Amino acid sequence: MTTVTETHADAHEHGMSDAGYIKIAIILALITGLEVSTYYVNFGPLFMPALLTMMIVKFVMVVSYFMHLKFDSKIFSFLFYVGLGLAIFVYCMALATFKFFIA
Amino acid sequence: MADIATHDADHTIDHGHHSSTGLSNNKLAMWLFLGSECLLFGGLISTYMLYRGRVQNGPHSSQIYDIPFTSVSSFVLLMSSLTMVLAVSSAQRKDDAKTNLWLVITALLGATFIGGQVYEFTTFYREGLGFTTSLFGSSFYALTGFHGVHVSVGVIMLLSLMGIIKKGKITGDKAEVVELIGLYWHFVDIVWIIIFTLVYLIPS
Repeated sequence: MTTVTETHADAHEHGMSDAGYIKIAIILALITGLEVSTYYVNFGPLFMPALLTMMIVKFVMVVSYFMHLKFDSKIFSFLFYVGLGLAIFVYCMALATFKFFIA
Repeated sequence: MADIATHDADHTIDHGHHSSTGLSNNKLAMWLFLGSECLLFGGLISTYMLYRGRVQNGPHSSQIYDIPFTSVSSFVLLMSSLTMVLAVSSAQRKDDAKTNLWLVITALLGATFIGGQVYEFTTFYREGLGFTTSLFGSSFYALTGFHGVHVSVGVIMLLSLMGIIKKGKITGDKAEVVELIGLYWHFVDIVWIIIFTLVYLIPS
């Protein structure tokens, strides 16, 4: 029982192993390479959705793994994502009033 | 009774002050601060998005952006997030030598990024884009400049942290202090992930 408790506490404290963090960093570097490739290669209509998707994937990976939100208390996730959600909502509304989204 | 009092005191020293939720107050405050920072950068990014095409005088973004150079800068900042998380991991294992090593590397990578930004700003200025040249210039320098200030503050925090670790001045949970500064550093990185895509890679 002690071992199980210690293992759980250890995993909670550390989140991932160093090798795990390096794997995440490699994936992030590869995605960054793909992002940069959109500057040189014509992706056609996929250009914007692909770039935005890659940006969101990188963002979530850093927040979840490097910032440990995936392993930490949900209260921390709540505090951060509420702030983020509020910012996105408020500024999308502000941009909409300037007709930013109308081509 | 005395034993219990000693145990409680040790608990406080080891893990810092905790809220009624059982979570660290410091960590809660940091996440709340980062949540509020989203609003600050949200405002700056929105302003840039609105004004990036407004060029009455001076060069347009496509004429001055150096994507290969900025890509290398972005990669440097991204890798600093890896070294920072390795510093946190070492601190949690109570390995002071490795913690300091990773903190030094993180600070160096951060300083490299800042050096790149100073070079970029200088080049843009020489090419005719000043802060008041156009709405594009103002919003660009305000956004990337604010981010640069955040990175600089992060580098100062990292250097200060190394100093206080060396002097043994951290009385509470050392790993948590490293983690808190790590959270700030990663936040600066995720803001750049957004800026790199929205400002540099998506043409106006």
